[in-house]
Amino acid sequence: MDIFNAIIQVLDSTIRLSVPLLLACLAGLYSERAGIFDIGLEGKMLVGAFAGAAAASVFHSALIGLGMAVLISVAFALVHGFASITHRGNQIVSGVAINFVAAGSTIILGQAWFQQGGRTPALQPGERFEAIIWPGADAARDVPIIGPIYAELISGHSILVYFAFAMVPFTWWVLFRTRFGLRLRAVGENPAAVDTAGISVAWLRYRALICTGILTGFAGAYLSMVQNGGFVKDMTAGKGYIALAALIFAKWKPVNAMFACLLFGFLDAASIRLQGTPLPIVGKVSVQFMQALPYVLTVILLAGFIGKAIPPRAGGVPYVKER
Amino acid sequence: MAQAAIELTGINKSFGAVRANRDINLEIARGTIHGIVGENGAGKSTLMSILYGFYQADSGEIRVGGKPASIKTPNDAIALGIGMVHQHFMLVDNFSVLENIILGAETDALLKSSIAKARSELDRLEREYGLEVDPDAIIEELPVGLQQRVEILKALYRGAEILILDEPTGVLTPAEADHLFRILRQLKEQGKTVVLITHKLREIMAITDTVSVMRQGTMVATRETRKTTVEELAELMVGRRVLLRVEKGDAEAGAVKLAVKNLTVRDSRGVTMVDDVSFDLRAGEIVGIAGVAGNGQSELLEAISGIRHAVSGSVMLEGKPIDLTGKADPGELRDRGLAHVPEDRHHVGLVLAFEENENSILGYHDDPRYLRGPFLNIDAIMADAKDKIEKYDIRPGNPRLKTANFSGGNQQKIVLAREIEQDPGVLIVGQPTRGVDVGAIEFIHKRLIAMRDQGKAVLVVSVELDEIRSLSDRILVMFAGRIVGERGPEATEGELGLLMAGVEHQEAAQ
Amino acid sequence: MSTPYAKLPAWADYGLIPLINLSVAFIVAGFVVMLVGENPFRAAVILVEGAFGKGTGIAFTLFYATTFIFTGLSVAVAAHCGLFNIGTEGQAYIAGLGIAIVCLSFDSTLPWWLTFPLAIVASALVGALWALIPAYLQAKRGSHIVITTIMFNFIAASIMVYLLVGPLKPAGSQAPQTRNFLAGAELPKLNWIIELFGAKIRSAPLNICFLLALAMAFLVWLLIWRTRLGYEMRTYGHSPKAARYAGISETRIIITAMMISGALAGMMALNPVMGDQHNVAIDFVSGAGFVGIAVALMGRLHPVGIVLAAILFGMLYQGGAELAFEMPAISRDMIVIIQGLVILFAGALEHMFRPYIQALFASFSPKSVGMQAVNGKGA
Repeated sequence: MDIFNAIIQVLDSTIRLSVPLLLACLAGLYSERAGIFDIGLEGKMLVGAFAGAAAASVFHSALIGLGMAVLISVAFALVHGFASITHRGNQIVSGVAINFVAAGSTIILGQAWFQQGGRTPALQPGERFEAIIWPGADAARDVPIIGPIYAELISGHSILVYFAFAMVPFTWWVLFRTRFGLRLRAVGENPAAVDTAGISVAWLRYRALICTGILTGFAGAYLSMVQNGGFVKDMTAGKGYIALAALIFAKWKPVNAMFACLLFGFLDAASIRLQGTPLPIVGKVSVQFMQALPYVLTVILLAGFIGKAIPPRAGGVPYVKER
Repeated sequence: MAQAAIELTGINKSFGAVRANRDINLEIARGTIHGIVGENGAGKSTLMSILYGFYQADSGEIRVGGKPASIKTPNDAIALGIGMVHQHFMLVDNFSVLENIILGAETDALLKSSIAKARSELDRLEREYGLEVDPDAIIEELPVGLQQRVEILKALYRGAEILILDEPTGVLTPAEADHLFRILRQLKEQGKTVVLITHKLREIMAITDTVSVMRQGTMVATRETRKTTVEELAELMVGRRVLLRVEKGDAEAGAVKLAVKNLTVRDSRGVTMVDDVSFDLRAGEIVGIAGVAGNGQSELLEAISGIRHAVSGSVMLEGKPIDLTGKADPGELRDRGLAHVPEDRHHVGLVLAFEENENSILGYHDDPRYLRGPFLNIDAIMADAKDKIEKYDIRPGNPRLKTANFSGGNQQKIVLAREIEQDPGVLIVGQPTRGVDVGAIEFIHKRLIAMRDQGKAVLVVSVELDEIRSLSDRILVMFAGRIVGERGPEATEGELGLLMAGVEHQEAAQ
Repeated sequence: MSTPYAKLPAWADYGLIPLINLSVAFIVAGFVVMLVGENPFRAAVILVEGAFGKGTGIAFTLFYATTFIFTGLSVAVAAHCGLFNIGTEGQAYIAGLGIAIVCLSFDSTLPWWLTFPLAIVASALVGALWALIPAYLQAKRGSHIVITTIMFNFIAASIMVYLLVGPLKPAGSQAPQTRNFLAGAELPKLNWIIELFGAKIRSAPLNICFLLALAMAFLVWLLIWRTRLGYEMRTYGHSPKAARYAGISETRIIITAMMISGALAGMMALNPVMGDQHNVAIDFVSGAGFVGIAVALMGRLHPVGIVLAAILFGMLYQGGAELAFEMPAISRDMIVIIQGLVILFAGALEHMFRPYIQALFASFSPKSVGMQAVNGKGA
């Protein structure tokens, strides 16, 4: 029973840890499917986290916090668009720039506004998203096997967790069942075809980036308003890059993205759980090894040893009308 | 005469200092097939792009169906019933035919009803025009001819009454081209207006009702097709009587310099591009390879020059084999006296961002003449570049100028100078005069013949049949990766055309 | 493919436009300063005074610049070969391992002038090897080098943390770092050069690595524009197809360029490790690899430009420290913002102002522009 409980706990934290990855990964999916590489997921998540916690704390409202997180994150996404769509700049360079501006400005502004060494004030009840207890969760807890699964894994998460997982089928539906999705996929493969069909390539890509901004805003808000009770400097700690890795791992497909994020979330959860405890057969596994594993797996995937990851064909190339 | 479908008045368009279109006036009658001919860069595509809303004219008026039209985006053009089939297909390769058809013409925000509507529409168009295509096929799995058909369907689906086709036969075999022409005639019968942009006069004569000629951005003449001749159009196109044949004496073919045996080459997808090709190239002769673009000529050149590796077969250079199993090193082949002027000078033969002098050693940069140990010998490189500039009359004559700033003809001269001046035993040339101005064409042809007269072996691949006929001592025709015939220089255009169409080949297969 | 933009005189291309881009970056940074309630002009004065006002400031500025010259050159060498090496950070970090091994082994037996060359070789070698795997994967398996080098940054960080909290940490110590090196692994300071000009220096870490960095800048210039290898790298960088045609091996050139890039990144570690801290500690690179991107972009990939850009960033780092002291509302993270803005305006938005400048030039002399377009059209 102890082992069962331990597994439930690891799975529970797997879900919690995959949510920001999943939101950021889906965010990246929108922009990369539209042909805009985005290594600025990290930065957009970070400003989202900061704006969310700051606004929630000032206005005493979780919803206003979330709104602010989305707003600021979208604004950064639009800067990326301005550089890489309007001015046809290098998308990777622009992404790097955004990550730096985000890292620096969240600390500077946080310190200037709250004077807590770059933190925002600890969020009070009502200023953060609370866990939702599903009906009968407490009663069901004692039912063997199913009880803990229902009470721990399914019930008891914040609304953002359910939102993140709902975004998976939603994103699939948008991509493959709507006009917007058809055009979005087309512009990532052959923007000239979209242009000659009378659709504005720039506006379409901007809209894709707005979707990216919204979702990174949610991802950031989750970090500072659910997982943590406030903003701490550099709190994304590379999650944007892991999300990027997960996106490649998922071969730019929404359902795969969920599994990739759950896998990377699980590695993270397991490394925390296993800290210092020896495993049968392999013995003690170092935390660093577990932390590096998502990156190692992604490199192995990229090397083509487990299937081939083929990115959208027009990815990373600014669209220039041919003469 | 029927009412005009399109009237253009005083159209001007400049790109920077280039005047791509100047004061163009054009009237295209409804229900006709109207040809627009001109050399590369004459401004045909620019004009049609203006009509399609891809570019905006700097000045001038467009009237469609008698009414003034303001066409700012392709959307406006589509709304006015103008459709365009681009030279490079505007299709999403990994989408299905249906998805490509509805892209941009969806009925509402969800795809379901759009797809249903497109399916039934396609059915109707198929019946009306004989435009058969599997609606669920993925584009990249379709042959080129069918991809083009999807482009036509796209335009018709959007209700096009006026259909513009930009160099539609460049990638087609003659048989596919004939099929296309049948479709176009049928469209005409249904009252549609067709505008055909091409530089192939034979097509103009075969299918159009009227033809307009463009030269250097201006519209020089419009004729009724049946009242004009190929000779007149050719003259109008280039502005003076062209010497279609370069003066040359008889070939004195000597020893075999390059022997290709049973060469087979596949592309990255595993499609056989060169299929069991064998031929000899002798000293003192020019062998021309004719064929419609895309029948394996490019891959043949690349395999011989060591850029692409072959699946099987052998190539002997001066009696010694070229390694085809691994990737042969083009540098090593150069050392053995094989020079190569590639088809694509912009991305292969030159680095446009380099200074002229840097390009004058590309591929020979490991030659000790240009080096001092691991360092470049800048003095030697510059002296050499200046020498070639003088000999080949390359303008402007500044070896420090970026190569992108030279005209097409002068860029080609830079490549030719580099390759010829190495004094190779064998010279292989892909599309010697593509995108080259008329003056330079003559110069280049004369140079190639001079090479031959010096006893070098020259292999020329060109899609321009006239060029092949005027240069070659022997003509090989390629179709579907095979050499389907060999003829002398006296072969008629019709005879070669049949071979290029693979007529004999297909009969043999049946 | 010709650039869609017409020609400008070289001084405008290499001087005026970068200057405008840089100014805009600083103006935006000025707004951030205003946002936190400080006076941007006073901040600028403090920054410049902090960097160049005193001898110590100058020495610190040059110390930071040394680091950035290495990483800027590293990014630039790869970029000339068409490769975006975003892994400079990780290559420099892991090179610390090479230096640690050399220094910990020889610092008690050899003098610094023997340890130093060994450490140069070790750092370059480890940095190069760390770049080798992404390079190999790019060349042989087509794995996007931007993504693999990002991944390798994280993998490098994990390895270094593992080593520094484990095997490399002296027994009984709490701090995640190696033991301090002895005199045999301490590099001589260069502060006397500044003192020659009459300035007083208290203690500053400017050391002999600065000269090594300048030497490397010269060697990189030589490599790129004067050697056969550099010619091949540039050919591949502009057009991989032309490189294939010219008989340049794709695998060899990618791997060579990335290893040189990695080696330069690795040498960066010498400066803080042997010149300043005298140990290898967690996170000693602290973003210098990423600064290299900004430096390389600002220096337009030319070693002279890179040295100048590195000094500018050195000034920001040193002046920024002073600024944080004088204006408590502004911490050194202000530099990170400026860095980001410089990358944005000098990199991603480098062409934003170009059309206006061209229009301006065209209105003065119609002949100087448009030439490229004339000839490009016929092609």
